[in-house]
Amino acid sequence: MEGGYIFDEKDRHNAFISTLDLALFETNGGPLEGIAVAVKDNISTAGMPTTCASRILEGYVPPYDAHVVTLLRQAGAAIVGKTNMDEFGMGTTTENSAFGPTTNPVDPGRVPGGSSGGSAAAVASGMVDMALGSDTGGSIRCPAAFCGVVGLKPTFGRVSRYGLIAYSNSLEQIGPLGKTVTDVNTLMSVIAGPDARDSTTYDRPYDHTPDPDVKGLRIAVPEEFFGEGVDPAVSAKVQNAIATLEGLGAETIECSIPSMTYALAAYYVTCTSEASSNLARFDGVRYGPEVPAVRSWHDEFKTYRGERFGKEVQRRILLGTFALSAGYYGKYYAKAQVARENVRRDFIRVLKDTDVIAGPTMPSIAFHLGEKSDPLSMYLADILTVPANLAGVPAISVPCGTVDRMPVGLQIIGPHFADEKVMDVAYAFEQEVA
Amino acid sequence: MDHDQQVIIGLEIHCQLKTKTKLFCGCSADFQGAPPNTHCCPICLGLPGAMPRLNKQAVIYALKVAKALNLEVPEYSEFSRKNYFYPDLPKAYQISQYDKPIAEKGYLEIEDDEGHTKIVRITRIHLEEDPGRLVHKTGRDRAGYSLVDYNRSSIPLIEIVTEPDLRSPKEARRFLNKLRSTLEYLEVFDGEREGSIRVDANISIKGHNRVECKNISSYKGVEKALNFEITRQRNLIRRGQYITRETRHFMEGRGITTSSRSKEEENDYRYFPEPDLRPLRVRSWLDDVELPELPDARRDRFMRDYGISVNHARTLTGDLKVANFYEQIAGVDPKLAATWVADILLGELNYRSMKIDQVPPINIGDLIALIRDDAITDKSGVEVMRTMLDHCLNDEDCPMPADIVEETGLAKVKGGEFDAIIASVVEANPQAVSDYLAGKKGALNFLVGQVMKETRGRADPKVLNAQMSTYLDTLEV
Ligand SMILES: [Zn+2]
Repeated sequence: MEGGYIFDEKDRHNAFISTLDLALFETNGGPLEGIAVAVKDNISTAGMPTTCASRILEGYVPPYDAHVVTLLRQAGAAIVGKTNMDEFGMGTTTENSAFGPTTNPVDPGRVPGGSSGGSAAAVASGMVDMALGSDTGGSIRCPAAFCGVVGLKPTFGRVSRYGLIAYSNSLEQIGPLGKTVTDVNTLMSVIAGPDARDSTTYDRPYDHTPDPDVKGLRIAVPEEFFGEGVDPAVSAKVQNAIATLEGLGAETIECSIPSMTYALAAYYVTCTSEASSNLARFDGVRYGPEVPAVRSWHDEFKTYRGERFGKEVQRRILLGTFALSAGYYGKYYAKAQVARENVRRDFIRVLKDTDVIAGPTMPSIAFHLGEKSDPLSMYLADILTVPANLAGVPAISVPCGTVDRMPVGLQIIGPHFADEKVMDVAYAFEQEVA
Repeated sequence: MDHDQQVIIGLEIHCQLKTKTKLFCGCSADFQGAPPNTHCCPICLGLPGAMPRLNKQAVIYALKVAKALNLEVPEYSEFSRKNYFYPDLPKAYQISQYDKPIAEKGYLEIEDDEGHTKIVRITRIHLEEDPGRLVHKTGRDRAGYSLVDYNRSSIPLIEIVTEPDLRSPKEARRFLNKLRSTLEYLEVFDGEREGSIRVDANISIKGHNRVECKNISSYKGVEKALNFEITRQRNLIRRGQYITRETRHFMEGRGITTSSRSKEEENDYRYFPEPDLRPLRVRSWLDDVELPELPDARRDRFMRDYGISVNHARTLTGDLKVANFYEQIAGVDPKLAATWVADILLGELNYRSMKIDQVPPINIGDLIALIRDDAITDKSGVEVMRTMLDHCLNDEDCPMPADIVEETGLAKVKGGEFDAIIASVVEANPQAVSDYLAGKKGALNFLVGQVMKETRGRADPKVLNAQMSTYLDTLEV
């Protein structure tokens, strides 16, 4: 049996790249029956264009559904559209889109964060109930924080990536965004679990009801999350939020994660290296508009890639190609993996004696459109989100008040496979401040 | 040989493994003769978002090869991406292995040019996926485009790399034959499948630079390419010229190698670990890997069990199908069967470009039984075999040897008929008879020859010789 969801929302924030006027859904009593869900445009949907917000994938319609999309359909979700993003996930603002920037529903003069900015904006503005994003270095948590919604980056391997157009395979996870922790929990229970087609998944389904009891919970508070570069007003809000959890019976433990010094460098070397390989297939032959074959294949595809990839994508492909080159691999890629392993060990160490780590999701509130014009200052904004990706651990962002009327996100990070635990802590906080 | 002219050869051999499905997806690997792009899915087409899913059978097959070639299997093995742009490579990288191959450091025993046992060291074996295939229109219809067929994309390959231990093109060829035979015994490889083997050969003259000949796609081609290179390099050295360290392409049709100067082919592959696949605990898989009897062991057993010569045993076990064929008929008479299969049948098949599985073993077994029972002569036996093979070749039912013997009257001449012919020959050649009686023993050969002619070879020459001299000696009395 099928139902139809009429989607006639006005997209004031350019949150969507494509939408369906009538989204069909299965009426079989599934947990998402008839619920409007938006899907980030780097997740393959059979019969619906999937562009990664890039001109290089113009006209590409996948012949297959990503594993999570199959699960959404089986759960009765009405997939109403594909959301805007930074091209191939490369950005922190959703300004790097071939379809123009998405704006923040709280203040349209500001960015929604990225790269899953369209998904966060679609939820924040009420156009959909829930959305899927992907998080390579903060791409779910950052827009969740900037738009004032909840977003989870699951443990690496907990959600199948089959059908997610890869940016950086070893770092990214598909995850849920929603207005409430309960919505995020529901969506997570639908998408998590093993998938034979993604060899990096674990047999760890997610079946959980959030529990707001945090009595005796040990919260690690690393000094690096409140250090230089973090807006003091944001720090204060997050400290307040942690105090709220203490009020509920949790205890805090101050700690340090020294490897965070190298986290950003390790992250950017790793993700650009993998991206340079992942994006090499877009050569103008199989995807995008036909190229008139005038010159040699090499010459044509050089021009094609130069014209159709955005600037940030080209920058990262060049960086990654360089990092993997003969003579530089040891200096960059191999070193980055060592640093990454150190981050992972630091997190495991800290989380052995504590239950979760808490800190701000982003070092500031949402930027004004066009504010971050140089790439380096943009990269610095990812400092608090990338460690969870490097370590492969779960992390959630939950709204914890505002600074200058803009939302601030509280980030809760747990050990591997403690997605349920970070959900509980976020739920406890959300219920207390509601 | 002039020591300074010592030839040094190392090989990199790519073999397709004959798994049911491809290396990273569920598409059927049996694509021979299928229309282009019909054995494809999002994974082997490299569609965005598709992820590789390892075919465990391919790993088991590679481990079989590793075990058979005496390689060490590490605790962990890992896949890596080999990045390069080519239109037949849909992801623009090949999932291959780099610094953590499935096995390292082994050897294969062959015979050197003097017939002595020789160890050829194997550096490593790794698993990787085959790219697709470019199809060019050639000749007068040469089009300004290439077509791509992805049926071959993601077919499992093993690359076997040898140390530079080979010393002549013939030795290289012998190594390849032995390798092929071993892989076929393991039932992981079909050497008859077109394109199932591709070889890159490194060759140098001692003290000079090494040249790599790429993409040789036949066993014969390897020998040809190496011979061409040796001549070319020796000529350069003789003229006092420098041998450039380079990659050359073998043009199969012309039998020559040409320099590939294009800068675009000089790749920096930028290997890094494949993030979509977990490392393999490959050593723990070894327990599931069992080896069948291999060519050398079978050769020794044939000598032991059937009492046949080393040369026959080697010929018969060099090809799995031939060895199996022989064992089905060895019961008739092991030595006779060895002679007839190794010395006669294989040559007759080769002459007709036939494969051994086109002949039912029972037919050859029956033929050998006829010879064993003295029902026909060796000469007639060959004739019967030829008649039989000619029928098989034309896809007719292979006739039974007894029927051919009957139809053609090739049964060995016996008893009265035999005596009568001798008598008539003696009567018709009085001069030869008196020459023989006068002591000219050569006349006997003439008389025997006359009988052979009469019987069209159905008489056994040895028996005939004895009978003729007895007959003539009776006359003398
Ligand atoms: Zn396939």
